[in-house]
Amino acid sequence: MPTRKLIIDGKEVEAEESITLLQACEQAGAEIPRFCYHERLSVAGNCRMCLVEWVGAPKPQASCALQVKDIFPNKDGTPAKINTRSPYAQKAREGVMEFLLINHPLDCPICDQGGECDLQDQALYYGRSNFHRFNENKRAVEDKYMGPLIKTIMTRCIQCTRCVRFATEVAGVPDLGGTGRGEDLEIMTYLDKAFDSELSGNAVDLCPVGALTHKPWAFIYRPWELRKTNSIDVHDAQGANIRVDSRGGQVLRILPRVNEDVNEEWISDKSRYACDGLKNQRLDRPYVRKNGKLVPASWSEAFELIRAAARATRPERMAAVVGDLAAAEEIKALKDLMRALGVVNLECRQDGAKIGGPRPSYLFNTTIAGVEFADALLLIGCNPRWEAPVLNARIHKTWLNSAIKIANVGVPYNLTYPVEQLGGSTSVLRGITDGSHSFARVLRDARRPMLVVGPGVVARADGAAILNLAAKIAADTGMIGPAGKPAEGGWNGFNALHTAASRVAALDLGFVPGEGGRDMAGILDGAGKGEIDFVWLLGADDVDTGRLGNAFVVYQGTHGDAGAHRADVILPGAAYTEQDGIYVNFEGRVQRAERAIFPPGQAKEDWAILRAFSDVIGRRLPYESREELRRALVADVPHMANDDALPGSAGTDPAIWNNIGAAGELDERTPLASPIADFYLTNPIARASETMAECSKVYVTGAIKMAAE
Amino acid sequence: MSFRRLAPVEQQPATFAFSEENQRLVDQWITKYPEGRQRSAVIAALWIGQDQEGWVTKALIEEVARILDMAVMRVLEVATFYTMFNLAPVGQYLVQVCTTTPCWLRGSDDVVAACKKHIAPAPHTISADSKFSWMEVECLGACVNAPVMQIGKDFYEDLDSPTAERIFEALRRGETPKAGPQQHHRHSSEPEGGALTLNDPKLYDGGYAREVMRRSGVDTTDAEAKKPTQGASDREAPVQKPPGAAT
Repeated sequence: MPTRKLIIDGKEVEAEESITLLQACEQAGAEIPRFCYHERLSVAGNCRMCLVEWVGAPKPQASCALQVKDIFPNKDGTPAKINTRSPYAQKAREGVMEFLLINHPLDCPICDQGGECDLQDQALYYGRSNFHRFNENKRAVEDKYMGPLIKTIMTRCIQCTRCVRFATEVAGVPDLGGTGRGEDLEIMTYLDKAFDSELSGNAVDLCPVGALTHKPWAFIYRPWELRKTNSIDVHDAQGANIRVDSRGGQVLRILPRVNEDVNEEWISDKSRYACDGLKNQRLDRPYVRKNGKLVPASWSEAFELIRAAARATRPERMAAVVGDLAAAEEIKALKDLMRALGVVNLECRQDGAKIGGPRPSYLFNTTIAGVEFADALLLIGCNPRWEAPVLNARIHKTWLNSAIKIANVGVPYNLTYPVEQLGGSTSVLRGITDGSHSFARVLRDARRPMLVVGPGVVARADGAAILNLAAKIAADTGMIGPAGKPAEGGWNGFNALHTAASRVAALDLGFVPGEGGRDMAGILDGAGKGEIDFVWLLGADDVDTGRLGNAFVVYQGTHGDAGAHRADVILPGAAYTEQDGIYVNFEGRVQRAERAIFPPGQAKEDWAILRAFSDVIGRRLPYESREELRRALVADVPHMANDDALPGSAGTDPAIWNNIGAAGELDERTPLASPIADFYLTNPIARASETMAECSKVYVTGAIKMAAE
Repeated sequence: MSFRRLAPVEQQPATFAFSEENQRLVDQWITKYPEGRQRSAVIAALWIGQDQEGWVTKALIEEVARILDMAVMRVLEVATFYTMFNLAPVGQYLVQVCTTTPCWLRGSDDVVAACKKHIAPAPHTISADSKFSWMEVECLGACVNAPVMQIGKDFYEDLDSPTAERIFEALRRGETPKAGPQQHHRHSSEPEGGALTLNDPKLYDGGYAREVMRRSGVDTTDAEAKKPTQGASDREAPVQKPPGAAT
């Protein structure tokens, strides 16, 4: 890569020509203040805060918009001199800051951005400190409506247009714009329409001032009061890296952490704003059903009841189901407990997905970062915008930066990028498999083709047959390449998409029906027919609880949702913010979450509940602490120890691809579709969240009309 | 300039469709840009739409967005950026009075006063007989004939209060007053009271040219030297008058 010599603050550096001067200065260790510039957005160059001195140039230079390749050396051949701290550069920035503050209100004491405001910080370090020269009235701007999540105080806006560029370039929803011009530029949505993106909260993060703030969290915290805990998001299976901010015993907000391989720095609105669901409808003490009514009980009472029921039932008439939000530890503990009791009816796929078997067959093998290398993408019955919004942003980014061809078999969804609709029926898939469909050619000609099988597809009755077809397409069109990272030529284009955060860990642990065991449909049928008498639900609320018949139901979980309503005994567990946990995302990436707060009331960590009950029933689990449990977990599944393991499984043995799923009859009449009916209400935490309920009313059901309609 | 918003819903017509002829014009503009760059025609499309409707309506913005396959927000940005787009209904005769420095020095305040008296006390307001509305605009580019106002597509120049009022009255009666300079017996932008420079007849009889030709050793006849080039004759379609004969 061609480089160029520069002298930055007296230090000679070699900078790549393709980067901007701002990046070169940062590489040289200089700090450049900025408002409009952001690494992940296009360069606007309109705030002028990043001015530096290029010795000899007639004016200070906006370093964010000046490429290194445009900086020519001095006439005598010596490298150009750039000063970032000279009095000239300082004065230039002071001038810019003075202009920005002319119209910025002095409402920091009541502003939610206070304490983490770029303008506040930079005014302190780069502004004039001794006096001000403007006594005129400040400009006032009307506040705008941008939906239930974004609160606007537009007088504070410094018109950096980060939010506008984010909406267009990352979210792919060009709802935001700047109307008018000059001093009168106003950021707004078209006719006060709600900003219709699942990633809208990130626009608030990007806002360098307090113009856009989080509406659900208005006036409830100051950033310096919060305890910050690194965690992993469980609202979808992407495993976005998050930071849980808590105060006292409450999670007050959730923000994204940067992880280039997973979520860059975005998280979905559900991951972010559903945190108010962590304090509503919580199960904070055990309950037992007496005379048809759930009444509070003590732990020992509840355990005793379960022990009696379990003792009275033969193992083949017992079943256990793992829900979508469970961490690997409690899945392992439940599995060990059930195995000790001789139960084989284990199930982690409450949606009835016909997925399992060899590890590559249920992973997103391309990896999330690998999507950017793909040049052809076939979506099979999935709606990534709702199933994994941050992944969808990655696909949008790929579409923006490359000539990727994207096609969809299934119900058409608005995915924010153009998608060729091949039709909804499975017959299209058959056409691609036998090469009669034109898209087969596109896949074959592509250098790095990939396909994504949606969670709704494998949950169908003919899910195994479709999976089988998809694996055939992958093998036949050269999607399975050599081992290694995509950047180095390794490629595996077969991807299964999940929505349940617990799914891959549970499949890794083999929480599936054992020898002669029943799967989800079998358990429900059995319960209906009276062949299953005892069901343990570990946070499983999305099973059809109405079909559990007369079975004795133990619900171990966090919220008073479907499972708890049907339960005979409720064991209050901990939510993902209330216990450490290992999560494996759909790529197969092992990540660790840390406990931010304690579970409410008498609720306990889930593994500890299972461990305590194992004692009661006389099958003591062999671990005393989470550390010991983790050691047992790793002994069982070695890759769980390895946080840095290469996720996915590029270049696995080609032979396995012929035996994935099971060949069978295809249902050609029901179109392939996503299982998610309402993005904002997919799990017990989200369903307990008032914010999510309002989002659902605005964006999904339309119960609250968007202003533009 | 003030905050520019779309007109309130009550004023907005429900629909907009380009007339057949205007649709053809818009299509023509789209073909001027390379494939996939049809969005470049947005200003032209809005302008043609404003020509047809008189102002830029919400329905027009949405129609343009649909035709050019753009986000509605992007079209709104353009429509609010350029002050030439009227975002609220205007009168049949839209009077745009230039109040930039040269016009102001030459008395544009009087023209504005005439507007206030004859049309409406406030700009952007439709007159009682719904025939007029007026607004102040920045430089119309006819400073030599200041003060200037634009009505529809015509410039009315060399104004003062009475002439402006006369024009409004004529329009109100349904007449079409002559566009161009209204005073000083000017034809266009020539100096008042005749030229003070370039009066030397030798400039026009080829006397100087002969001298130059002689020095450079080129022998050309008068007739040839005076013949305009092709391009020049295309540009200067009106018959040239000798200087000083403007009256």
